[in-house]
Amino acid sequence: MKKQIVIAVTALNAIDSPGPGVAVIRAIRDCKDFDVKIIGLSYEALEPGLYMHDLVDKTYQIPYPSGGTDSLYARLLYIHEQEKLDLIIPNFDAELYNFIKLRDKLNELGIRTFLPELNQFEARDKMKLFEFGQKHGFLVPEDKILHELRELKKMEDDLEYPIVVKGKFYDAVIARSYDQAEKAFLKIMAKWGLPIIMQEFIKGTEINIAALGDGEGNAISIIPMRKLYITDKGKAWAGITLEDDKLVELARKFIETTRWRGGCELEVMLTDDGKPYIMEVNPRFPAWIYLTAGAGQNQPASLVKMAMGEKVEPFKTYEVGKIFIRYAWDLITDIKEFQLISGNGEL
Amino acid sequence: MRIRKNIAVSDEGFLFNPATGDSFSTNGIGSEIISLLKQDKSTSEIIEEISKNYDVDRLLLERDLEEFTGLLKDYSILE
Repeated sequence: MKKQIVIAVTALNAIDSPGPGVAVIRAIRDCKDFDVKIIGLSYEALEPGLYMHDLVDKTYQIPYPSGGTDSLYARLLYIHEQEKLDLIIPNFDAELYNFIKLRDKLNELGIRTFLPELNQFEARDKMKLFEFGQKHGFLVPEDKILHELRELKKMEDDLEYPIVVKGKFYDAVIARSYDQAEKAFLKIMAKWGLPIIMQEFIKGTEINIAALGDGEGNAISIIPMRKLYITDKGKAWAGITLEDDKLVELARKFIETTRWRGGCELEVMLTDDGKPYIMEVNPRFPAWIYLTAGAGQNQPASLVKMAMGEKVEPFKTYEVGKIFIRYAWDLITDIKEFQLISGNGEL
Repeated sequence: MRIRKNIAVSDEGFLFNPATGDSFSTNGIGSEIISLLKQDKSTSEIIEEISKNYDVDRLLLERDLEEFTGLLKDYSILE
């Protein structure tokens, strides 16, 4: 009989701008090499993954990242007492800092993680991306970090319109004039706070790459994907796996250079003359990660194996032309379930 | 004039470029031309072949073929 691994997973918000949690769980459950019990960690009572009982065995609410590491640790300690966690896979950008900080303390409890080091995590931060590209020889668009609106006028000395106005965690708007840039600045500031990133606009085809590193410089899996259908929030609603050695090489170099541990997503703009610019590096699996399992390189399952101490050999092939198409599905539940999670913080 | 070697072409004339993710479908005659291009036939050989099988004005065929292959180049199907 296979040993059961108890895995806690966050980002169960399978909504129109989805978190990767449900896709991560689905990929893990697809792997027949181990038995798993999945513990959902949620922030909101209406995250759809909480109610998907065929995927998630039990869910606990956890404090928001802004609550800091102490309250998160206290909550995880309680959950661990109930569930004897073997592994936690956090999937939100905003929570990763806290989980990385808690890594050693969790390890002492016997809870494993498979996360990048803090310096790796911070080096690829949106606000340091240009510096990162310069240092390691990656093509990265030029940018300016603005801490207040009045810096916007001065920015025009360095960057030409159109520019991309970006929030520190999410959101990006293309602005073609000062007025548009100002409007985008204020809108994003209201939602995500300061600073705001102003990035050089690169014209081309947007490619996303899901990659998994072992922390020793080896890329275990690399899957490039092009979005075929994009929502008004810029999220992929359908996408297809691509064959492009240049993109695979780019991701391999990124993993090697950073000695990245865990999953990540490179957002790349491939210019018409074939130059791949790294636009952003997301330090976790993307929401479309189930496509990697569909294409023959199950990244979440490989992460579980590595986190549990197993040596995983890099994948050599994947299926090109595999397509994912996301869909919306009305899940019916009962007020009793909603009451359990919103009242007791457990479901 | 050659079809890029990574381009997948089905018997029905459906083309898939795995490097870009683009896919295209052609009609019957387009599919025949692509199949001839895959056999490394030259433009004049393709014109000969099509003229043999269809009742078509040669000048018109030459012009249409040029337009069609131009489109294939634009879409990075042809090298």
